[in-house]
Amino acid sequence: MLQVNDLYFNYGKKPVFEGVSFDVDEGELCGLFGPNGCGKTTLFKCCLKFLKFHRGSVVMNGIDITDHRIENMAKLVAYVPQEHKPPFPYLVKEVVLMGRTPHLRGVFGISRKDKEQALNALEVLEIGHLADQPYNQLSGGQRQMVLMARAIAQDTKIMFLDEPTSALDFSNQIRIWEIMHRVAEEGVTILACSHDPNHVSWFCNKVVVMNRNGIVAEGAPHHVITEQVLDDIYEGVCAVRSVGGTRMVMPRKVAEREVDGISIESRFGMRNSVPAEVELI
Amino acid sequence: MAEELKRLSILERLGYERIEGFSEERKVGILVSLLALMIVTAAIAISRGVYEISVVDVYTITLAHLSPLGDTSAVSRLYDTIVWELRIPRILLAITVGVALATSGAVFQGCFRNPLVEPYILGVSSGAAFGASLGIVYPQFFLSIQVSAFIFGSVAVALAYLLARTRDETPIVTLILAGVIIGSVFSALVSIMKYISNDSALREIVFWLMGGFYYASWKDVALVSPIVVASFFVLWLLGWKLNILSMGDEEARTLGVSPEKYKFVLISIATLITSLAVSTVGIIAWVGLMMPHAARLLLGPDHRFVIPAAAMLGGTYLIVCDTLARTLTSAEIPVGIITSILGAPYLFYLLRTRGRAIFG
Repeated sequence: MLQVNDLYFNYGKKPVFEGVSFDVDEGELCGLFGPNGCGKTTLFKCCLKFLKFHRGSVVMNGIDITDHRIENMAKLVAYVPQEHKPPFPYLVKEVVLMGRTPHLRGVFGISRKDKEQALNALEVLEIGHLADQPYNQLSGGQRQMVLMARAIAQDTKIMFLDEPTSALDFSNQIRIWEIMHRVAEEGVTILACSHDPNHVSWFCNKVVVMNRNGIVAEGAPHHVITEQVLDDIYEGVCAVRSVGGTRMVMPRKVAEREVDGISIESRFGMRNSVPAEVELI
Repeated sequence: MAEELKRLSILERLGYERIEGFSEERKVGILVSLLALMIVTAAIAISRGVYEISVVDVYTITLAHLSPLGDTSAVSRLYDTIVWELRIPRILLAITVGVALATSGAVFQGCFRNPLVEPYILGVSSGAAFGASLGIVYPQFFLSIQVSAFIFGSVAVALAYLLARTRDETPIVTLILAGVIIGSVFSALVSIMKYISNDSALREIVFWLMGGFYYASWKDVALVSPIVVASFFVLWLLGWKLNILSMGDEEARTLGVSPEKYKFVLISIATLITSLAVSTVGIIAWVGLMMPHAARLLLGPDHRFVIPAAAMLGGTYLIVCDTLARTLTSAEIPVGIITSILGAPYLFYLLRTRGRAIFG
């Protein structure tokens, strides 16, 4: 559904990434993971034709994006930006309705179906109560949810989400990931970048890991989110443990402290052994 | 009740569909009332003037001219000339200019994503002022003040646009700076013209700069109104696209609206009507800045409603200001002075009471 082939981009003389290639299949929820400043957002912008890359190609739905007109791109791919605040106090429902723009036709344009789809998208995210509030006066997290609703209303085959959970509280982060999962199951291809290794390993079908030199690893989360790869990009900060059969990435110091704690407990006979669910991988 | 049902079925046949949560009837209602307000204001303005003519006579003359079987021989020639040749074209021109400035103000504010932008931001007014002063000082070289003002107004904006364009893109900040630069260059040129002109030409330039409808005639109305009305409808139809543009370039791209293409179209049309208005009546301040604010206050930021509301408020406001300009004293006051004196406190009030909601 989405193929990125050997992409090169530089701002002026400074190269941002060189020779990036990966692909995402239809209906896959793919996480893009990498340290700050490694070019994730730039990569997104190249794929969306906001920026012109210098070499390589991006193929969406079987067609090279340089051949897509801007109107057709919008029917194919939706984008949720990281942070965005417009100067005018549009209401939330109006912002979500803007997601229907690529599908509007005719002079009067907006039909009953479009409005219904906009309201449905608000319901999917359970933010119907915000519908009549000015969008630019919401908190950053609420705005992110609204933009997510707009992307759902846009009803495209591909979605790009730039850190969709960065400003959200814990329960909303999980909610957004579950919604993305559900949307992907309906056949939408999603590429989302995130800074939380646990989120990408828990919710994504596939993970692409980037650092400043390009792609480090690519594949199923349990193959990609490993101590070796994390050491490669974060230099010995992370440890990967299994808690009750679920993989957890945690700071190495915390992981060691916890193991020590348990060993102290066991030494004093409070527990007979290290609990089975905490083990080193 | 039956009336209500009938009204709804007509609306639905026109393609208007109701849906819970998106009621636009209130907004449509406000638009209709604004149109009514403008028409009533115009009707009152016809009957006002330094020369006292009874209300009955005024409307007899107006109706006589409007109906095909009308006969104006019953009223005096003088009254007929005052009402039909002076007051009515003047009011129509005031409406036209108000519509032009307020509409392009709304469009500029949307395109530039900034509620403090006015139609003169790209240098139309300074360019037109230079054109007009050239026409005034050198009447032998320039056919008419109006044509010369129009040409230089448009040239100024085109220059600003070209200056700002780099690699197929026109970033807003660069465009505004280019407008400021071009504007100041043309202001300097106007100063040169003032410096070298003789007393009577200087007086004329100063009057032109303050704006006014003194010379309004049917010829002006016939020339300017059709273009302004047509442009207004085109801009109105692009209202939804303008909403998308006002979210930012990348947002617009994501939603399938090419920012370069639509900004160019919108700015060109808005510049055309601003330039036409300025070249006909001189520089009238505040209307283009204030009316879109007032419209947003009434109807929210959706440009499908802001554009028509601003246009009608602009028309109404200029009728009021011009009527004051020609009736307050026996001599005429330039209308630009009145729009500013009435406008400044209003904007101050907005800033203090609703500042956060409007200015973000």
